[in-house]
Amino acid sequence: MKAAAFDYAAPKTLAEASALLGSNGAATAALAGGQSLLPMLNLRLALPDLVVDLGRLEELKEIAATRTNIRVGALTTHAAIEDGKLPETFGGLMQKVASNISYRAVRNHGTIGGSVALADPASDWSGCLMALGAQVRIAGRKGTRSQPIGEFVLGQYSTSLAADEIIVGFDVPRPDAALRWGSFKVVRKSGAFANSIAFAVSHGRGGPAVVVLAAAADRPCLLPAVAERIQAGEKSEDVLRGAIAQDVKDVTKDDSYLMRLHTSTVLRAVREVEAK
Amino acid sequence: MKSLTLQLNGSKVTHEVEPRQTLADFLREQCRLTATHLGCEHGACGACTVAVDGQATRSCLRLAIMCEGQSVQTLEGLDDDPTMEVLRRHFHQSHALQCGFCTPGMLMMARDILSRMTNPNAQTVRDQLSGQICRCTGYSGIVTAIVAAGRELGRAPQA
Repeated sequence: MKAAAFDYAAPKTLAEASALLGSNGAATAALAGGQSLLPMLNLRLALPDLVVDLGRLEELKEIAATRTNIRVGALTTHAAIEDGKLPETFGGLMQKVASNISYRAVRNHGTIGGSVALADPASDWSGCLMALGAQVRIAGRKGTRSQPIGEFVLGQYSTSLAADEIIVGFDVPRPDAALRWGSFKVVRKSGAFANSIAFAVSHGRGGPAVVVLAAAADRPCLLPAVAERIQAGEKSEDVLRGAIAQDVKDVTKDDSYLMRLHTSTVLRAVREVEAK
Repeated sequence: MKSLTLQLNGSKVTHEVEPRQTLADFLREQCRLTATHLGCEHGACGACTVAVDGQATRSCLRLAIMCEGQSVQTLEGLDDDPTMEVLRRHFHQSHALQCGFCTPGMLMMARDILSRMTNPNAQTVRDQLSGQICRCTGYSGIVTAIVAAGRELGRAPQA
């Protein structure tokens, strides 16, 4: 249970980091907080020749509020978000999500950028950021680009990042009305990997709504029929259950346990929105 | 091998380390600080918990080389720490250890909890300790000790 040998570099500029990551393809691993990479190295599931530590890149630590967005640097830790260090917490949604990730000692080092870049289907941030309509800011050898998070995550441990590219951070749009939200996560033991996570967000009352189910498929998925029912102020549990069944049937296939599990998490998230 | 300089329990130290070496292995093997125990080596058990720049950290999930310029605190460096003195006493009184393997991690995490929360109740302590495993299953005494320590420290003005 010890990592195999590798080289280590801690570049101080994005250009340098990008060049190092791009030069060696899949044999290079990017290291942010290390809370997923270190277990993989220790278990020898990851066998890189070179580990590039992104921890010294100041651009990845920026936290700022613009007129339209909250800019969250990729190296922002879960603990920092839990402790309310962002200029806007989206009605407490991001704080709640952060505080339910793993354990405090892991949250002290695990980062939002590292979590999204790994794209573990059971992770919390990609689904949450999708519900909030976030854009991923990416830098590489060819310059910078920005992409909606729903398009950035391609599948299990798969994103649109090229070998030389690095997540700089996220632009999360400021809600134009008071954000009403709900989230619910099923884990067998607190801090363990999730079996189902639901996020429901409504911009004010009757405003645009987004519902996301995560930890169910290879990447977070939108539940448009449920979102439409929230926007319409639907109260009937039967109608909501019908909308959920319609949205999640491709994920649950014919598995009645999965159908009950995901229905339950989505319903609880929707109920929480209604209560606000 | 790479050169690593950090503050270890208040003293500046410099060592040669392999990049693959975790902070836990560095502490135990190179610095001979063996209070930090290694259980699972993949972040599940919490036995190796130390403080890095004052933040509770699983030392098996951090490369030693990542700690360049940082301050690392282990149980050995907390002999004279006022919070640890209270915790030690309550761990003793509440019989909060059996085999003792998880105890250093429990103490480091307990100190972290009490640094963030005043007078936490048993449920809060249980939630906060969910990342620390005691395979003797002696949780009851551990929770009792931390709650009692929190109560005692909560009464005194915080330093």
